[in-house]
Amino acid sequence: MEAIFSATIGILTACGIFMMLRGRTLPIVLGMSLMTFATNLFLFSMGRLRIGADGLVGSKLGSIDPVPSALVLTAIVIGFAMTAFVMILAIRARADLGSDHINGSRRKSRHDHRSDPLELDESRGGKR
Amino acid sequence: MMHHLVIAPIALPMLFACLLMLERSVLPHRRRMLALIGTTLQLVVAVTLLVMTRDGTIWTYQLGEWHPPFGIVLVLDRLAAYMVIISTLLGAAAMLYASNGQDAKGTNFHALFQFQLMGINGAFLTGDIFNLFVFFEILLIASYALLLHSGGRKRTLAGMHYVILNVAASSFFLIAAGTLYGTLGTLNMADLAVKVTHVTERQQGLVEAAALMLMAVFLLKTAILPLHFWLPRAYAAAPGSVAVIFAIMTKVGVYSLLRVYTLIFGDQAGNIAHFAHQWLWCGGIATIAVGALGVFSSPDLRIQISYLTLVSVGTMVAALGMGSVDSYSAVLFYLPHTTFITAGLYLVAEAIGRQRGRAGTRIVKSRRLRQPYLLGTLYFVGTLAILGIPPFSGSIAKVMILTTAHGYQAAWLWGVVLLSTLLGLVSMSRAGTTIFWRAGQDASTRGALLNWRTGGAAIALLSVALLIPLFAYPLSAFTHDIVAQLAAPGHYVEAVLGQAPSLGEAVQ
Repeated sequence: MEAIFSATIGILTACGIFMMLRGRTLPIVLGMSLMTFATNLFLFSMGRLRIGADGLVGSKLGSIDPVPSALVLTAIVIGFAMTAFVMILAIRARADLGSDHINGSRRKSRHDHRSDPLELDESRGGKR
Repeated sequence: MMHHLVIAPIALPMLFACLLMLERSVLPHRRRMLALIGTTLQLVVAVTLLVMTRDGTIWTYQLGEWHPPFGIVLVLDRLAAYMVIISTLLGAAAMLYASNGQDAKGTNFHALFQFQLMGINGAFLTGDIFNLFVFFEILLIASYALLLHSGGRKRTLAGMHYVILNVAASSFFLIAAGTLYGTLGTLNMADLAVKVTHVTERQQGLVEAAALMLMAVFLLKTAILPLHFWLPRAYAAAPGSVAVIFAIMTKVGVYSLLRVYTLIFGDQAGNIAHFAHQWLWCGGIATIAVGALGVFSSPDLRIQISYLTLVSVGTMVAALGMGSVDSYSAVLFYLPHTTFITAGLYLVAEAIGRQRGRAGTRIVKSRRLRQPYLLGTLYFVGTLAILGIPPFSGSIAKVMILTTAHGYQAAWLWGVVLLSTLLGLVSMSRAGTTIFWRAGQDASTRGALLNWRTGGAAIALLSVALLIPLFAYPLSAFTHDIVAQLAAPGHYVEAVLGQAPSLGEAVQ
């Protein structure tokens, strides 16, 4: 069981990191989700893996450590929120930059450097 | 009764953030009033906390009376109180600046701002690694939204990089925290400090790996080479008031490094003690070098200030890497100086950008500013202070750091820091000359003037350049007290766990 469990975490992490290193936003978001799954599984296993153990203290078969489950719950909630936020940001970036490339579209950004490298003029920057 | 105040720097911003979200009126005045009341209360609390810790008492607050190491615990020692007052003062200045109209350019500015302060203060006060993660997430998600405040292409672009890097770092943080829990069986920092002294040979590798991963996460927050690429773009793109509060975000990383690597992996940790120092030292020195080159090559004033931030965090982390009590004290002396001055410079840069019309903050010949003397003076003071030219604050702070270096470290640190100062001086003079002197005759007619709010915030922040030299002795005496407390982690452990710890003897 341990071997399968750790292999799962390892493969998920590897896929997650590979996807996160891509250039487009959607694969990056997917990679982040995979990475979050792997992290949650990893945290979960920190209470040691046992079959048939009870979740509550005082059962005959012995109980598992409840703390990792609590940590995982927190991590899952935060992970969901972050993924949702990044997804929205990616859609927004697609609209703002006209491309889903992480650095904006190449051609446009070069043109942009000539005119206004930061677009700090709020009268133009604030348009939506 | 007094010990309930320990949670106030977290509870107050949360309360006011919720009130601010309920306040939906179109006019921003009521939100500003609420935010003003909240900030004033926080200032009162922060000063009280500072007074409470003066005699060296370590206050703890157990949430829901759950006793550590199982419950969540907040710990207020001198270092936490010092950091909380710095972040609160900075928050007040940013609030003042934002209330001139920047807050109305997007939605929920003040509420997000209070959440940001809550996360920052929580990170300083928590006594638990997992809660450090939670508060990091709170301050990060508020900062994601604040960075995008009032929109724009470049902010979206910078925000995208910033968010993705930090989400990845959060995963690593969780893995590190999980590994620590899996090997040592606790996440409470005081308990970790005790447990780490009994690490067996087999566990040592895992604990070291976790500690190094934790360090990588903190170094990303601090923006140390090679994890610094997000900083210049994000900070330069942030609106002025947000850039002010971002000035303390890198210091949250510095604080976490200082806390974790003195308390948990400090002198008493046996075989794993001090393994972090070499990494911090090399990373710090390399960051100073890269930051100085960045300052030299920036085409834009705001990017230039961002690289100056890199130079200053590099200096602090290198000094942390020297690992002596004196160098920690010097870092804590340097910290408020660099935080406030960088924040002030961002405000000056934004004002310059507004008054120059199309040229913005780019370092090119352009029209005259509307307030050349006021802005010129502020730029002059801020630049000389951040670079460390006497009589301003930077000179004392830098000298304090430089004098704590010994041996080969002195040679490297003196060389790199002084060369970076020279490069900075050359490029900041070039920028100042171009912006203020190589200007046309006709002043621009558009662009906001500095008024009592915006100018007041900038002047208040930059006045630190003179205040620190004036009150250098009390400040350095206080930083020495802080470090004396850090050097004896036994007291911290005793305050949290309520027992005389076994590592007491090993400390002295």
